[in-house]
Amino acid sequence: MSPAPTQEQTRATAQAEQLEQIANSEYKYGFTTDVEADTFEPGLNEDVVRRLSALKGEPEWLLDFRLKSYRAWLKMTEPTWHNLKIHATDYNALSYYSAPKKQKLLASMDEVDPEVRKTFEKLGIPLHEQMILAGVAVDAVFDSVSVATTFKSKLAEMGVIFCSFSEAVKDHPELVKKYLGSVVPYTDNFYATLNSAVFSDGSFVYIPKGVRCPMELSTYFRINAKNTGQFERTLIVADEGSHVSYLEGCTAPMRDENQLHAAVVELVALDSATIKYSTIQNWYPGDKNGKGGIYNFVTKRGTAHTNSKITWTQVETGSAITWKYPSCILQGDNAIGEFYSVATTNNWQQADTGTKMIHLGKNTRSTIVSKGISAGHGQNTYRGAVKIAKGATGARNYSQCDSLLIGDKCGAHTFPYLEIKNSTAKVEHEASTSKIGEDQIFYCRQRGISSEDAVNMIVSGFCKDVFRELPMEFAVEAQKLLSISLEGSVG
Amino acid sequence: MLLEIKDLKVKAEDKQILKGLNLSVNPGEVHAIMGPNGSGKSTLARVLSGHPGYEPNGGSVTYDGHDLLAMSPEERACEGVFMAFQYPVEIPGVNNSYFLKAALNAVRKHKGLQELDAVEFLALIREKIKLLEMDQSMLNRAVNEGFSGGEKKRNEIFQMAVLEPRLAILDETDSGLDIDALKVVANGVNALRNKDRAIIVVTHYQRLLDYIVPDFVHVLSGGLIVRSGGKELALELEAKGYR
Repeated sequence: MSPAPTQEQTRATAQAEQLEQIANSEYKYGFTTDVEADTFEPGLNEDVVRRLSALKGEPEWLLDFRLKSYRAWLKMTEPTWHNLKIHATDYNALSYYSAPKKQKLLASMDEVDPEVRKTFEKLGIPLHEQMILAGVAVDAVFDSVSVATTFKSKLAEMGVIFCSFSEAVKDHPELVKKYLGSVVPYTDNFYATLNSAVFSDGSFVYIPKGVRCPMELSTYFRINAKNTGQFERTLIVADEGSHVSYLEGCTAPMRDENQLHAAVVELVALDSATIKYSTIQNWYPGDKNGKGGIYNFVTKRGTAHTNSKITWTQVETGSAITWKYPSCILQGDNAIGEFYSVATTNNWQQADTGTKMIHLGKNTRSTIVSKGISAGHGQNTYRGAVKIAKGATGARNYSQCDSLLIGDKCGAHTFPYLEIKNSTAKVEHEASTSKIGEDQIFYCRQRGISSEDAVNMIVSGFCKDVFRELPMEFAVEAQKLLSISLEGSVG
Repeated sequence: MLLEIKDLKVKAEDKQILKGLNLSVNPGEVHAIMGPNGSGKSTLARVLSGHPGYEPNGGSVTYDGHDLLAMSPEERACEGVFMAFQYPVEIPGVNNSYFLKAALNAVRKHKGLQELDAVEFLALIREKIKLLEMDQSMLNRAVNEGFSGGEKKRNEIFQMAVLEPRLAILDETDSGLDIDALKVVANGVNALRNKDRAIIVVTHYQRLLDYIVPDFVHVLSGGLIVRSGGKELALELEAKGYR
């Protein structure tokens, strides 16, 4: 005897029927006629998903992936367990496709917003890169296309694939098909599922067996990472015994008219492979009064097979709201997962970030080092889960979560979750909260060091365990970036 | 004259602490400020270093021809005003020698001198650290973190040796020191005495003045300097007390 359907179930069934109707109806815009359109009209429905996929010339299996994601998404609601105050997003008011815009080139750096120029200078970004980032026409001295080409040919020699996600779908469909959604299933969570339905573009990396990628996949990316859109998708596969270090993001301030960003990053480290994934996130955080700013809701996860290692390192200084938990599924025996994070919130920024370490294999090890800095009215939450499965004999975890407060209107919160089902596991957790005291600042000033330099010095000292995990050149930039984002945090 | 304090009145937390203090200090002189607890000794030291929370509400302080009270703490430091703190604060995560290099280079920059690079700086501090009989390893620890009371005080005088101020104010530098540590600190200070540098020693006890012999001794009481004299005044106070 089956119970009578509830109201909700009835509604869901009606919705599903309606969807089916739409899915089966003829595509009224046609598949080719609309290509010239630059931007889709706002709204999300199955038709939009189909048009998007068609526009990108995607194969059937990918359209299916998008459609089943979309249908799953319809049944989901936004998570509310976080410690964030979020203005509701009207998903039907967003446009889900926008052709990469040709930026109007500026004649010289003089035309660039002085504020932006100032930041570039403080960061010490080389002039030619500044010009590219700001969209200034560059002369023949620095031709980014030729640099990119040299770079690509060197990688190709070693069999490394590094291209946009769309290119990968065209040129390496078998790899994409095999691994897409294998780490973050399309049903994973509200934002990841939305991304799976409507992702715009992103990056794809494949490192063949036994290959050590000869360079940081970073410089090239920094210059070329524009216009990936608000639903970015990244997939990195490191085959057996390979090694790759990847840097995402940019210290230069990133502005975007899209408020919502929901990216998905999947890492697959096959047996004995190593993936080092570093992020510097500096999206527009909103103004001093908390107006504007980007919502950054990211799902990042890696699967680590036997003897492999995944390291997530992140420096989060931007965005009005950050919601992200780069995680490791330590599936194979002896797999290692690491998470090093610095998250800064100033003015009215909010961050709810941390990691999940899921120990499935024997003798798996994980390390978590999280440094949260709050200033102004900023709210910083560390949320981390360590799960030791029944079979994970000999698993070990060490977590350290430190918070630093600047001023008395900000907040720091720590939510560690532990779930241990194997009695041989060793799990350690340390946490601390400290405050930059006026007496410390005065001590520095009495020695001739300004308040701002004093704060920077203390903050750098606080973060050094994380900075040393970053690739060299970015560690320096990250430090400068941190000081810029904390500017004005002491009176 | 290096420092001239005229009729200085200072409030802290709505209490009038200094009530019209006068003091003149010439280069090369060592002045001891003594007095009972609560007389305003530490307030004087803090107000000269620019500590927030002290509100001058009358009088003037002229330092090397400048209005000292109008200068920020870091400007004062760069102009050569140094305070050895009674309770040096700990700064976790900040390397002691890195901190000192930042301080020295801030001062040098202010003076229009070239900043020292790591090698030059290391040579300098290796030389200066001998003066305080400190272990080299203290350079690589975080500023004052986990230092004993004596180590903190030595570290203060070590910083003074490196920064070479024109006016040094030692606020209760003897407190918390055993006799051996006191001698080391005093020897360090004596080695830094010269004709261009003035030192104000704020202390509750005469003991320190056995080792750092002052040119002048002043008795502070109720927010005013009530007596001034030579070094023998300190001995008299020791024998008879402040009353």
